[in-house]
Amino acid sequence: MSDRAPKTTLVVNGRARELSLDPRTTLLDALRDHLDLPGTHKGCDHGQCGACTVLIGGERVLSCLALAVMHDGDEITTVEGLAARAGAGDAPEALGALQAAFVAHDAFQCGFCTSGQLCSATALLAELARGDLSVVTPDDDTVRVTGDEIRERMAGNLCRCGAYPNLVAAIAEVAGQGEEGAS
Amino acid sequence: MSDTPQTTPREGGRAAIGDAVPRVDGPKKVTGRAPYTADHRLDEAPLIGWIVPSRAGRARVDAVDTARALDVPGVVAVLTHRNAPKQAPRGTPSDAGRFSQSHALLAAPEVACYGEPVALVLAETLEAAREAAGLVEVALTPLPGRYAVTGDEPDEALEVPDDVDGGMPADMSHGDFDLAWEKAEVRVDATYETLAEHASAMEPHATLATWDGEELVVRVAIQIVGSAVEALANTLRLDKEKVRVISPFIGGGFGSKLGIHDDAVLASLGAIATDRPVRVVQTRRDLFSSAPHRGCSTQRVRLGASRDGRLLAVAHESVMPMARGYEFAEPCAASARASYACDGILTRHRVVRADLPRIDSMRGPGEAVGSLAFESAVDELARALERDPVAFRLANVAETEPISGKPFASFDLRRCLEVGAERYGWSRRAERGRRDGRWLLGHGVASATRPNFLMEAKARVRLEDDGRAVAELDMTDIGTGSYTILSQIVADTLELPLDRVEVRLGDSRYPQTAGSGGSFGAASAGGALLSACRRLRGQLRAGGGREAEGHIEPGEDFEKYAQYMTGAHFVEVGVDEVTSEVRVRRAVGAFSFGRVLNPTTARSQLYGGMVFGIGGALTEGLHLDERVGAYMNRDLAGYHLPTERDVPALEVVMIGERDDRCGLLGSKGVGELGLCGLGAAIANAVYDACGARVRRFPLTPDAVMAARAAW
Repeated sequence: MSDRAPKTTLVVNGRARELSLDPRTTLLDALRDHLDLPGTHKGCDHGQCGACTVLIGGERVLSCLALAVMHDGDEITTVEGLAARAGAGDAPEALGALQAAFVAHDAFQCGFCTSGQLCSATALLAELARGDLSVVTPDDDTVRVTGDEIRERMAGNLCRCGAYPNLVAAIAEVAGQGEEGAS
Repeated sequence: MSDTPQTTPREGGRAAIGDAVPRVDGPKKVTGRAPYTADHRLDEAPLIGWIVPSRAGRARVDAVDTARALDVPGVVAVLTHRNAPKQAPRGTPSDAGRFSQSHALLAAPEVACYGEPVALVLAETLEAAREAAGLVEVALTPLPGRYAVTGDEPDEALEVPDDVDGGMPADMSHGDFDLAWEKAEVRVDATYETLAEHASAMEPHATLATWDGEELVVRVAIQIVGSAVEALANTLRLDKEKVRVISPFIGGGFGSKLGIHDDAVLASLGAIATDRPVRVVQTRRDLFSSAPHRGCSTQRVRLGASRDGRLLAVAHESVMPMARGYEFAEPCAASARASYACDGILTRHRVVRADLPRIDSMRGPGEAVGSLAFESAVDELARALERDPVAFRLANVAETEPISGKPFASFDLRRCLEVGAERYGWSRRAERGRRDGRWLLGHGVASATRPNFLMEAKARVRLEDDGRAVAELDMTDIGTGSYTILSQIVADTLELPLDRVEVRLGDSRYPQTAGSGGSFGAASAGGALLSACRRLRGQLRAGGGREAEGHIEPGEDFEKYAQYMTGAHFVEVGVDEVTSEVRVRRAVGAFSFGRVLNPTTARSQLYGGMVFGIGGALTEGLHLDERVGAYMNRDLAGYHLPTERDVPALEVVMIGERDDRCGLLGSKGVGELGLCGLGAAIANAVYDACGARVRRFPLTPDAVMAARAAW
């Protein structure tokens, strides 16, 4: 096995973790089975549902479609690290603003897709702040916090329980903070 | 923050039944600390089981060559019909019901349908298991099978099922349909088709099994814990006391986890064979055959009315496949049996036995697809009569249960239609215009009904030394909010702050409930817990013991009265003039379901039902490979669930309905109601928009385009 198990270092939730992995190990399986971070979930293993979304360098990535060895040295944030990333502290029960808004707006039911929704929404906030365009951005190329922008940018994260209206409300609340004329 | 649902602040952090309390398990779910089945960690790392499914339909297994698979480093064993532990014959005992019967796998050199496992690879790592599974060589000889069910089968192929889901007879009638049909001055006789559908819960079916030589402990994604215990005991010939099932968090069910499936049986066989814990997580692809699905349907509806708009005759007849060896028939005519008064009514369900993967309950069995046909036909009749479809429905709402003549315990359909129409602005809909650019606009309405069930349940509650109350019951929370509403019941009854209440669910060591399904979970488990809490309160006042059990079962009110939830849907759609794509632009639903236990979680369930209905109406349909009985679009790219972008702003009105006959808690079910009828409202809006009646669901652009060309 040793020649098949190159060393990989993943910086997960601020901590460098060195692993010897079968090179076929996906980032998702590495997180779940080798780093004891089962909060990131496998919904389809095909990049079709979004449940496994994590942040790499602040951008959203489907961890089921990434091999762990491809991300040697990368900074990865999973649901377990979202609160700390949002400045809410390291306690296991600490909640960042998005996480608190998800609870307040009941933006999930079964909760299985929620880790991915949260990671996606975290990156979405940065995309909106940067002014990244989407297919629903009006012709003036000015990105505003609207329901349509959120719906479009969250369309890659399936929720079979159908918490979509509440997801939009939760994300809009956080996106709208400090933003004039948010709707 | 103004639109944040607020908890009604109560003194000392107390929470009552009916408060909009945020989900008590919410913080765990948003931090990744809620353990779903595949997330559980044991002291000993489990072997990973990978399923090798049959790629033929009904077939004889000639050979399974495991030599190359066993050579893969890390592979510990490969189970086949030659070496798997012995099991009871599948489907036994014959009188036990489909959830409890033996689910034997790898027991004989034959497969009943596409996707049935022919081997299980057990390996130290997922990568090794998966590689080895690809190296198992399976030789199969296909056997003759019936796969396609079209509704055009000859009479001799049609069977009358023993009953339909919910325990109702397959055939029910009242009055003289033929006479009423003769008398009718305006008639609709239309046939509707729906494609097969798949529940596709976000959590794939998964099991982690351990075996110590005597007791089997199974962590499994399951809606009804008791069904898993019975099925595993019957399959493996174990005493029920030697099977423990644990399921604290379930990533959605929608009917697909009512009973156990291949993962549970195979993980148990693997654990028994190797004396190691075994984890089997099904692949998304395999779930499209091994998790149950909703069968396709062909439904003929005949409705007749007098010229002045009185409904006289109702007939609803369906043909659906029944998976051979697995008794389940969907009650398509459920809404026809409940909604409107008439002189003569006839309902018939027929099934065609087919060698298909398991067909079973999917959210709203009966109404979900039955109301697509029935409420479309009601709309067709209203149009033929040149009457407003809301006014036509209101004029014919049933006063007693049409099929039995029984009084309703309560039946709020009229109020749902009135309140919903008002909120939607139905009478002012013309002001919204007929088109928006290339989108043709239309408005549709449909009624919703769903029977209310109450199931026997038990629960236990005790007061701990530190003053906390702990409740234990084998109920599950599949995302419905069970933890939350049960905590409210304890907090309210024992007058405790919510954070002094702990509700423990999903363990077969706790008192037995009927679990989650058929929208009966909250009223049944909640009723049992309310009874336990009241008893404990009495005991404490009398200086008695600090632990009490509660028990509930349906009483005579469920015999004497017809029990239903009701609703009404109002929908605006746009139909693309060029591509015929349908988009839902707005949906308003008004619902009545007894006492609202928690407006936050209830609203979420109704939203979820409506989203489910949008999928069923517009995009969800399984396409059959008729050569082998496999569904071809078996992944989440080919089977399109509604996404965030497919769902507009939804509006839910919850009508507070008092019903003292629906059980101790006064609540009825809400998990399926939001789905029932919504798809028909969409189809009726499509007709309103473009003048074409589409009678094939889902309303994909090709179906709408064909209907527009033919109309």
